[in-house]
Amino acid sequence: MRFTRKRTGIEARLNRVEAAMLSSMASDLLELLDDDVDAAEQDPLAALVGMPTGPVKRPSDPALVRLLPDAYTDDQDAADFRRYTESDLRAAKRATAAVMLASLGSVPAGGRVPLEPGQADAWLGCLNDLRLILGSRMEVSEETDLYPEPDDPKFQGLEIYGWLGRLQESLLAHMQAGAR
Amino acid sequence: MTAPAQLDKPVAEDETTPQHPWVAIVWNDPINLMSYVTHVLMELFGYPREKAEAMMLDVHNKGRAAVSSGTREKMEQDVTRLHAKGLWATVQQDS
Repeated sequence: MRFTRKRTGIEARLNRVEAAMLSSMASDLLELLDDDVDAAEQDPLAALVGMPTGPVKRPSDPALVRLLPDAYTDDQDAADFRRYTESDLRAAKRATAAVMLASLGSVPAGGRVPLEPGQADAWLGCLNDLRLILGSRMEVSEETDLYPEPDDPKFQGLEIYGWLGRLQESLLAHMQAGAR
Repeated sequence: MTAPAQLDKPVAEDETTPQHPWVAIVWNDPINLMSYVTHVLMELFGYPREKAEAMMLDVHNKGRAAVSSGTREKMEQDVTRLHAKGLWATVQQDS
């Protein structure tokens, strides 16, 4: 898979396997963003008066916490803020993933996908979210060997993680070349 | 490399600015690409590349950096925008 810069904008070229893999990961991301919303945490009074209500608890899944982090280091402040903002943040991330899924849906067997600036932006953000999830799952740290031996249990996950990083870096370089 | 621009310059003309303004802090994380963090800071705050890169390097080398300052409400908006882009950010009062 690669990105190229056309006069009309950026074009993604990908084969069938790459299209399927990205689609599958973006679908998982959408599902993950729907997870872990505890209905019991919704405040009925706030709902009644039309105030935004959301969960007050941090998600239990560490990967989801990385997508929806605390906005304060203080737990109470973080919970208060989360209650009023988390559902919007989830919606924004869902919208980003949906843009990438829609453009991938146009090339189920692979091929060329032209990306308008807004779509390229969504791809960049979605690739980042996918890396955040996979990186959390693989427990990536500054010390992680990103190129382990093939018999390492994390080999495949880190291969995909590296691939997503190269895609994101390449897309960003093309976006910046276009902006100059 | 230029130093990060001042974040706490006095804004005496603005009567609503408290003595200790609020700041949006970006924390270092092992996943986000350095180029992407720079891009987000340029895009969200309109910073020139040099300033955004200096801030990104501060985050990378010192573990955290203030990337914006102002009222609490404004900082909460900024942190929400940073979260939407996948950066790890918090709001706090500047000390």
